[in-house]
Amino acid sequence: MRGTSANRWLLLAPSLLWMLLFFFLPLGLIVVMSFAERGPYGGVRWTFGLWNYRQAMDPLYLWVYGRSFALAAVTTALCLGISYPVAYYIALRADPKWKNLLLVLSILPFWTSFLLRTYAWIFMLRVEGFVNTMLLALGVIERPISWLLYSDFAIVIGQVYGELPFMILPLYVALERVDVRLMEAAMDLGANRRQVFWRIVLPLTRPGIITGIVLVFIPSFGAFITPDLLGGAKSAVIGTVIQNQFVQRNQPMGSALSVLLILVMFALLLIASRVTRQRGRR
Amino acid sequence: MATATSAICVKSVTKRYGAVTALEAVSLEVERGEFLTLLGPSGSGKTTLLRVIAGLEQPDEGRVYLGGEDVTDVPPYRRRVHTVFQQYVLFPHLNVYRNVAFGLEQKRLSRREIERRVAAALELVRLSGYERRWPHELSGGEQQRVALARALVLEPEALLLDEPLAALDLQLRKEMQRELKRLQREVGISFLLVTHDQEEAMALSDRIAVIADGRLQQIGTPREVYERPETAFVATFLGAANVLEAEILQHENGDALLGLCGRTVRVPLNGRRIEGSRAQVAIRPEKIALRARPLRRTDLVQLEGVIEECLYLGEAMHWRVRVGEHCVTVTEPNRPGSKAEAFRDGQRVFLCWTRESIVVLSR
Repeated sequence: MRGTSANRWLLLAPSLLWMLLFFFLPLGLIVVMSFAERGPYGGVRWTFGLWNYRQAMDPLYLWVYGRSFALAAVTTALCLGISYPVAYYIALRADPKWKNLLLVLSILPFWTSFLLRTYAWIFMLRVEGFVNTMLLALGVIERPISWLLYSDFAIVIGQVYGELPFMILPLYVALERVDVRLMEAAMDLGANRRQVFWRIVLPLTRPGIITGIVLVFIPSFGAFITPDLLGGAKSAVIGTVIQNQFVQRNQPMGSALSVLLILVMFALLLIASRVTRQRGRR
Repeated sequence: MATATSAICVKSVTKRYGAVTALEAVSLEVERGEFLTLLGPSGSGKTTLLRVIAGLEQPDEGRVYLGGEDVTDVPPYRRRVHTVFQQYVLFPHLNVYRNVAFGLEQKRLSRREIERRVAAALELVRLSGYERRWPHELSGGEQQRVALARALVLEPEALLLDEPLAALDLQLRKEMQRELKRLQREVGISFLLVTHDQEEAMALSDRIAVIADGRLQQIGTPREVYERPETAFVATFLGAANVLEAEILQHENGDALLGLCGRTVRVPLNGRRIEGSRAQVAIRPEKIALRARPLRRTDLVQLEGVIEECLYLGEAMHWRVRVGEHCVTVTEPNRPGSKAEAFRDGQRVFLCWTRESIVVLSR
């Protein structure tokens, strides 16, 4: 008995060590630092207090949190709206022999580098970019649209594009598991296609929807690369603000803003797991 | 036209899946209030026929009528027949009440009306008080009853049952058979049951339709189908039968003179048409008596044979007797004082049966 339990710890050791070194330790450092003070010439002064958090409650920061939340929410909603029909088609409508191919195709773009794809969007959306050129050539517009790039619009486009597979995959898994016989039974009992969807398919895929929302919303909320590259000077999100704090050598303030972000996400995760668990019990 | 009075009428329906023909020109009528069973081995096409009637499959040829109305092109959700599926397929995210109310909720009925009808349906299947339970909390038999209530609550033209009892254990299956029969009498609508269990078919049905290889083999009351099977398939699938080769010596006036195991036997044809020089006949094992000595009766067919095998089956004795080139199975109920108990392997015996128990089969 003792031998096996010692073995168990030995087997767990590498991953425990990894988590300790690269997850809990940095996280702890951030939490501790968030209570520290910025030195007069940058750096950290190890005197502790709540001043960073007090400063984070400044309406300016709250507004940035709110904006980030809203952008993440729009991103998530669009991802859900695009992914659900795609996943539905692949899981329930497509010929079984094409399923895997279609699934691979839908996530194929994500095998190229994230940065490369984001730069591709810059070329697509800038004033002399592909979209404007096409629209001009087609005579839809007379002057190039200026808000395509370096705007919230661009951020949402970039985020939706980047997060799509994290929505498609859980939805596909959930839809794939829907028993076709349940849909037939519903139809047999008088439900037309629309009613079958709203009353059978949608409720049964709820766990997948929630998983997808969590997987898309959380990284979108804290994202900084996409907003940094595609967002304009005025479109600050919490990710870029935190990054700036670290760049400007105000690590304690950056840490405090990060801790707040983590807390908000943690609260959201709790809610999500609540919602899923409730359904599971029923 | 007969279709106006029947609950379900299927006219020469053919259904193919690629090269496989699941149904070949099947025609069938289910009368109002009738309990009809589609009996056949697995893969015979009986479930496909049920799905065609429900509208879940589209036939390649032929028409489907419900209550006299052509519904061939009507989608399943607008057909007034409902199905009880083999695995019940209750909606796992809805409780018993919502499962039963599911069909009613499409119909824009008032809440009180729905409540009233769900309560009545649950009472009918004896599940009152189960409204708040979840499907996964129910036993197989209870799930079955919910599935029945869910379909019956919509007052369909006919109820389609796809092997509804197959997933239950023997005891429960017997109980549910009685329950089904009671339900059908109580609600008075037509039941079309699909099963591969011949005993179930016999116990429940007003009429049995035997189906094999996508073709309808024979349709009739359980007694007709059992006593007068038309084909060797029906004879052996529904109960046991000895199918023997016979020579047609002569036939006239509804009688035939057959050469059977070296004897000449006159058999009633009962309207069967035979042609050529050979025919198959069927004799049920329980209609044959075993005797140590031949009986002094001329009205019986008596053949001499040797016992090859004795089987004790508890409720009955089972013998295999070699008669010339044929091997004949004989069964006899295990009654006290039965002479048959004394028979041993290798013993010479006489097989006796009446001429009427010989059924001439059409090929």
